[in-house]
Amino acid sequence: MRHKQKLVGAVVLLAAFQSFILFAGFFAPYDFATQERERPFAPPTALHFTDTRGNVHIRPFIYNLIDSGRSGEGNRADFDHPYPVHFFVRGAPYKIAGVFASNMHLFGVEAPGHIFLMGSDAYGRDQFSRFLFGGQISMLAGLIAAILSVSIGIVVGGIAGFYGGWVDELLMRGGELFLALPWLYLLFAVRAALPLHISQWEVFLLLVSVMGLIGWARPARLIRGVVLSAKQRNFVVAARGFGASDAYLLRRHVLPQTYGILLTQMTLLIPQYVLAEVTLTFLGLGVGEPLPSWGSLLSSLQQYYVLSSYWWMFLPALFLIPLFLVFYTAADALQELHKSVTL
Amino acid sequence: MAQGPPGQAGEERMITEGSPGHAGGRLVVALRSEPKTINPVLAVDEPSRDVIRCVTADLIHINRGSLKTEPSLAKSWKVSNDGRQYTLQLRHGLRFSDGEPFNADDVIFSFQVYLDEKIDSSQRDLLVVDGKPITVVKVDAYTVRFELAKPYAAAERLFDGVAILPRHLLEASYRSGSFSQAWNLSMLPSQFAGLGPFRLKEYVPGQRVVLERNPYYWKADRAGNQLPYLNEVVFLFVPSEDAQVIRFQSGDTEVLSRFSAENFAVLQKQQSVKGYHLDDLGPGLEYNFLFFNLNDLTPKGLPDVAKKQAWFQDVRFRQAVSAAIDREGIVRLVYSGRATPIWDQVTPGNKLWVDEKIAHPARSLDRARQLLQSAGFSWSSGALVDPHGNPVEFSILTSSSNAQRMKMATIIQDDLSQLGMKVQVVPLEFHAMVDRLQNSYNYEAAVMGLVSGDADPTSEMNVWLSSGETHLWHPNQDKPATPWESEMDRLMQEQLVTLDYAKRKQLYDRVQEIVVENLPMICLVSPDILVAAANRVGNFHPGILVPYALWNIEQLYIQ
Repeated sequence: MRHKQKLVGAVVLLAAFQSFILFAGFFAPYDFATQERERPFAPPTALHFTDTRGNVHIRPFIYNLIDSGRSGEGNRADFDHPYPVHFFVRGAPYKIAGVFASNMHLFGVEAPGHIFLMGSDAYGRDQFSRFLFGGQISMLAGLIAAILSVSIGIVVGGIAGFYGGWVDELLMRGGELFLALPWLYLLFAVRAALPLHISQWEVFLLLVSVMGLIGWARPARLIRGVVLSAKQRNFVVAARGFGASDAYLLRRHVLPQTYGILLTQMTLLIPQYVLAEVTLTFLGLGVGEPLPSWGSLLSSLQQYYVLSSYWWMFLPALFLIPLFLVFYTAADALQELHKSVTL
Repeated sequence: MAQGPPGQAGEERMITEGSPGHAGGRLVVALRSEPKTINPVLAVDEPSRDVIRCVTADLIHINRGSLKTEPSLAKSWKVSNDGRQYTLQLRHGLRFSDGEPFNADDVIFSFQVYLDEKIDSSQRDLLVVDGKPITVVKVDAYTVRFELAKPYAAAERLFDGVAILPRHLLEASYRSGSFSQAWNLSMLPSQFAGLGPFRLKEYVPGQRVVLERNPYYWKADRAGNQLPYLNEVVFLFVPSEDAQVIRFQSGDTEVLSRFSAENFAVLQKQQSVKGYHLDDLGPGLEYNFLFFNLNDLTPKGLPDVAKKQAWFQDVRFRQAVSAAIDREGIVRLVYSGRATPIWDQVTPGNKLWVDEKIAHPARSLDRARQLLQSAGFSWSSGALVDPHGNPVEFSILTSSSNAQRMKMATIIQDDLSQLGMKVQVVPLEFHAMVDRLQNSYNYEAAVMGLVSGDADPTSEMNVWLSSGETHLWHPNQDKPATPWESEMDRLMQEQLVTLDYAKRKQLYDRVQEIVVENLPMICLVSPDILVAAANRVGNFHPGILVPYALWNIEQLYIQ
């Protein structure tokens, strides 16, 4: 049962990562929008255990950087003022899952010290906090779009596969039309047509929904195939012979056969739509400032000066690679498992 | 190559100030996009104008180094005592780049075209004084008289950039009504002629425009060598700023202007090894500002915006916003320190017109809160609410293609959130934004920037007159909507017809004070002019007026 172990491993990793994101407010030392205007593009803060006199401390501490006023001229550490890192500190208020309010953070340093584990961005905002909070938006976008795609896919694919004939033809040709749709231009058009007073956040949700709504064709095709073969199985034919209705057959015998495929599709589609969010933001259709998303964290990389001068701006991209890898591992394991069950 | 007869009999050459250089070589520069045309009458985009400046000449020119006027095709001029008549003496014996002679008929023809309402040139607005177009009279073959309806301060500055056209090449298309197609880029180089240092050689669509030395050019250096020094100028089409920076860094191009402070820092790192140098010329004439929609919206049927105008129209609200904005923060975060905070429209770069009396108050949230309180606003659980209990929320438009202004808006958003205002930044495609600002008036606030074409306030008429098209917060008014706008109208009109500089300065100072008192535009920062050039380019003296780097291209040489 190698696949099962692989799956369990992937699911545990995913759950760990998701809880980091869900409890972003707790793990992040700062609010995602707080601008430290004296410290744009600060490099990641180094954690020290030995002070300037060579004494070793158990509790790590950090030094602030002396800002030279103009970025790109190098930063020096202010060795006169160490700031020890404290755990479970009170800080910026936040909400978990939009409900539970708190201001407890896992770690932090006393002001005016600043701890930027992944550096700071052009406005002096903590990249680490923005990465965690950004995950909430990006994962939500991926989830919404994937659920929409798959649920439309199951309805359309199920009907097309089950009834066949002209219904099948009509739905599948319609699906191809959606596959051929230049969705990027469609999204631009949708954005341009919206009134201004709709908040960026609502616009974003709308665009993500549109993306999910037009992405149903691929899952629908897959489900249609499974339904097509499932409805010819002996036990389905037998049930029909006993006078079962179409709805009963679909619900009781046919659709359960597609669940494995559905789950695999979901694990494949979520990262795909997270990446689509990155693309959207890259093109200026993402959540507006100051809200972070993984797309907006990466979009600053399209500027030459960021690319050539501030290596820590790549860190979010670096962290996303293992995440997607875990997603695809889970999808892979699910598919293998599904194969061995049906065989 | 046809060599112009050096120092042909009767040719009145102009002697330039720059140090003598070597003839030969070529200069490569990048343009952001392809020029749309090389017709000086029709060009509106900057790439077209950049090319046109190299192949044409004007009668009187503003020296980009001194910002003062200097003789060009006109060797001298006289102003009548009432300031209404300008008599220009043209240089004798000059030839267009195709060898045809130049005289007063070309000047008369050129102005006929520029003033033609049907052709609608962008220069026409400047050449109409007090509602009446300038009249142009030919006195003799080398003397032209310009008559103005009213005395007009700094009228000689109007001639800058009005390129003289060759009558022998363009009159036919003008008479036949096909002028709007004349001199597009698909024409043959032989169909083109101008009085500039270069002439058209080759156009490769999607790649480059190549100019070659004009053998008939009429300027010479102190040693008597005919200008220009360069054999060729190549304009490459490089569509993005980053790509331009990279190509400059790798030595593909020799001169770079219009780039961001961040890229300045990137270039600075390799300055010594790569053989180029960078110049920060200090603040130019660009001013960036935030403004609110103060239009009369009753005929437009925009109830949502109209409701919010109750706040925007209260000067205390605008003052509070101005007091809350961290201009120093914008300078540091958006321009890496290469900009200057401003409180009115005249930047410190414009030394002749800046009003030293304007106060530069530091950011103060306390004062902002006091102002809001005195205007009847209050706070409920951190959010600002107006006297009727409505939360203060509005959106700021910016152009999505301008990274600097997007950043400015984001900083303002954060500043105003500290006053309890909920602000959304809405980046729009540039034309979509202008359509809202100029036609539908369907917006609440916007961050924009303007670049004065000249240091003189006359170039700003369109912005400050209430009837002006660029009077952004409430354009094209029939009559001034507020007392301070009517005072501004009067001051702008008066400075236009006052000839004495000290008196004009007083008038324009008052305009600046009105802007600061009433804040129709909340001025933010003026970015520095940044240029870079390879060390091998000689006589490189960039200026703060457009075009920053290539204004003396006839004197540039390769060492």
